[in-house]
Amino acid sequence: MSLAPIDAATLYGLTGAVLVGIGLYGIVLHEGFIRRLLAFNLLGGGVFLLFGVIARRGAGAGFSGDPVPQALVITGVVVAFCATALAITLIERLAAEDDANDGDGSS
Amino acid sequence: MTPGLMATTPGGLLLVLAVVVPVIGILALWLVRWRAIEWVAIATLAINLVVSLATLQAVRASDASLVYLVGGWMPPLGLALRADGIAAVMMVMTGAIVAVTALYARGQFGFDPHGPERRRPMVFWTMLLAITGALNLIFVGEDLFNLYVALELLTFAAVPLVSLDGSRDTLAAALRYLVFALAGSVLYLLGVAVVYGAYGTLDLVVLAEMRGADGALLLAIALMTAGLIAKTALFPLHLWLPPAHAGAPAAASAILSALVVKGSFFLILGLWFDLLPPGLGAIGANGLGMLGAGAVIVGSVLALRQERLKLLVAYSTVAQIGYLFLVFPLATGSEAASPFASLAWTGGVLQLLAHAFAKAAMFMAAGLVYEAIGHDRIAGFKGLGRIAPITVLTMTLASVSLMGLPPSGGFSAKWLMLSAALGEGAWWWAVVILAGGLLAAGYVFRILVPAFSTPEAPAERKYPVAPVRECAALVLAVIAILIGFLPLAPWPLLAIGRIAQVSP
Repeated sequence: MSLAPIDAATLYGLTGAVLVGIGLYGIVLHEGFIRRLLAFNLLGGGVFLLFGVIARRGAGAGFSGDPVPQALVITGVVVAFCATALAITLIERLAAEDDANDGDGSS
Repeated sequence: MTPGLMATTPGGLLLVLAVVVPVIGILALWLVRWRAIEWVAIATLAINLVVSLATLQAVRASDASLVYLVGGWMPPLGLALRADGIAAVMMVMTGAIVAVTALYARGQFGFDPHGPERRRPMVFWTMLLAITGALNLIFVGEDLFNLYVALELLTFAAVPLVSLDGSRDTLAAALRYLVFALAGSVLYLLGVAVVYGAYGTLDLVVLAEMRGADGALLLAIALMTAGLIAKTALFPLHLWLPPAHAGAPAAASAILSALVVKGSFFLILGLWFDLLPPGLGAIGANGLGMLGAGAVIVGSVLALRQERLKLLVAYSTVAQIGYLFLVFPLATGSEAASPFASLAWTGGVLQLLAHAFAKAAMFMAAGLVYEAIGHDRIAGFKGLGRIAPITVLTMTLASVSLMGLPPSGGFSAKWLMLSAALGEGAWWWAVVILAGGLLAAGYVFRILVPAFSTPEAPAERKYPVAPVRECAALVLAVIAILIGFLPLAPWPLLAIGRIAQVSP
């Protein structure tokens, strides 16, 4: 603990910020839907890390962390999971349509 | 804050019903036979309309917000539901449009045992009810994270509607919509994290009391606004809207264009007028107004260039959304006692209402045109007035409101905004409003002129259409006109229970 120039919460916060940056870059500048979906997950991961940092910093009453942001993160993870599942279903259907069209074209 | 504000008020249960009734309806859909699905959905939406009307009546009667504390826990520990004047008006608007759309859609997604897609009716009716519930939650929600969940519900219900016909183009449009919406919600969530980190609560009323000129709060509002703008399809983040709204089936387009984009706009209104400390928003509000002006001009010009009716109507949505964002500079710049008593505030809400009814009618009419003549290419509209007179009448009435000709809701909205702009000496917004009206006249006459002209060869109607469906679209267009008969003055109703008024 004393070796590190910054404490754990700050380190996590910076990591979260970097993930948000990478995710935003990916979602704005990448073309393919799968890449953008992955970028969205990185972005979400960064935001969830920030919630963890906030939970740690807001700790009080003898707890090691504020439970409210943790509860929010759990909901957020479920929502992000659903979003990813929906997006993957759409991507699969799109790929299936493309395959079918290619098949029609070659045969 | 007066303690009375933070207790469940009589009639507070209505807010719970507004959120729960559509969800119960969705569950009931799975319990009944295929043939009964649409009737269960229509019955649910009828109950929802009654609940929203009762909410409006209760808010008007008590001249205060309805509040319901979930589980009896007071914020910041618990969650509160709250309907003020504007929320109640939004709920009634949603209830009415969704109910009429359901009557219109009964012909399209009705039970067909031999159809290729037996799941389509189930998906459509489930998502329609889900959108209703999610919108109601957005209107009555008071906790920023609760609102995030409502926004996501709305997105997840809206995206499948876009790709309902399963073609490649609509799947791609749905995916693109989903990517924009997800990026928007994550930015919103990031803002929520910043607010919680700085204030330790997410309740809007509690936050409005604690707010100060705080960098964290400004950053959070900037992040949340950026996210919500992507979901509202404000220029220049409108790219997803035209293919998504034009590709969906007509009934779904009506809901997406009239209501779904308004959900995220409603949250931006809340953030800027309830959460942002007064006096700090001038630069940001002008920025939003400039984006809105860009949307009015670019959306209208692109609408002028479309060959297909549904795409034209979708681009018109981009333009009309732009008008909504003129509220921010006009209402913050007004000299009225509070922004909620200003001309611009009422003008903005009227624009929201008039556009919702007119655009829903327009998309429904576009669907009927497609069914009547088998295509929606504007070049082939000659003689449409003879084949489908009621539909053309619907388009005409809706167009009158979109252009802003009197008497119509669109005229009242633009007149109030224009008066506000001239009253504040901000003539540049007036120029935008007038230019937008002229351009709108340009694109609607592109549809109406051929529709009313006499064809060389007598055109024939390809398929019969149930009169109920034509009348459903007509009813919405007539409501858009009738809104124009409301008094041209700030409505006291829209100022009831606004948070900024409550706290000193």
